[in-house]
Amino acid sequence: MPLIDLANPTRFLALSHRLLPWFAAATAAAFASGIYLAVSAPDDYQQGATVKIMFVHVPAAWLAMGCWTVMTIAALGTLVWRHPLADVAARAAAPLGAAFTAMCLITGMLWGRPMWGTYWVWDGRLTSVLVLFLMYLGVLALWRTVEDPSRAARAAAVLTLVGAINLPIIKFSVDWWATLHQPASVLRLGGPTIHSSLLTPLLVMALAFLLLFVTLHLAAMRNEIMRRRVRTMLMLQAEAAGH
Amino acid sequence: MNLGPYANFILSAYGAAALIVIAMVAWVAIDHRRQARALAELEARGVTRRAEQRQGGTTSGAAS
Repeated sequence: MPLIDLANPTRFLALSHRLLPWFAAATAAAFASGIYLAVSAPDDYQQGATVKIMFVHVPAAWLAMGCWTVMTIAALGTLVWRHPLADVAARAAAPLGAAFTAMCLITGMLWGRPMWGTYWVWDGRLTSVLVLFLMYLGVLALWRTVEDPSRAARAAAVLTLVGAINLPIIKFSVDWWATLHQPASVLRLGGPTIHSSLLTPLLVMALAFLLLFVTLHLAAMRNEIMRRRVRTMLMLQAEAAGH
Repeated sequence: MNLGPYANFILSAYGAAALIVIAMVAWVAIDHRRQARALAELEARGVTRRAEQRQGGTTSGAAS
């Protein structure tokens, strides 16, 4: 099937219906493996057992940024190519992105208290991730405020593109400013600095979180298409009742 | 498994992550049920979209 065929919501619904059980099963299998590896991973020589928090905190942080990246690509699809599924994809990704960002912030605070002696500091990394969370809430509020989905999509797309400026700020905040947060130790030019006994569970958990996002995003996109169909049918019903 | 002196923080972090994952799955599942029910009710009332009417050649329901 050519990729362009997926622009048709009906074809997307049919294909996603076939794919969803496979993605859900793969997600469950990846989480089972990831949690087993996380539980059996050795303690870090400095952090002790609190390194286990990294196995949920880091994938959540990657997905917090990844969801906004998906929304940014979708925003281009809405504004430039007017792709029929672009605003559906953006709207479905926003709540998931907000949830992963909340997970990143909460698990980070629970790691920070025993390791740094504080839940929170107003440094570049933590503040820019908090700004990302607030931007997710802003986009969600915008979708709810504007009744017409296509108008809401254009407004949200503009806000998403503006908000994308925050992504490199989050990534490089630990290099640009003095911060309590450690610098990148996995996604860096010189390769990971983490020992394989801790890197393997981290990457398996990251795969599990990625599969979870893909599964939930597909399901949420299907819901959004159905919501729009309900809206259209209600409008047609009201239109007919007026004649 | 010995989680050391900070076991409460580790378990709280995993508990919070699990709650958020459960909330996301529940949101998607409940929303799906709600939309599917709304679509089924409208179709039972004979309301169809214009695209469906074109495909099926029907003129039933409120769509005109």
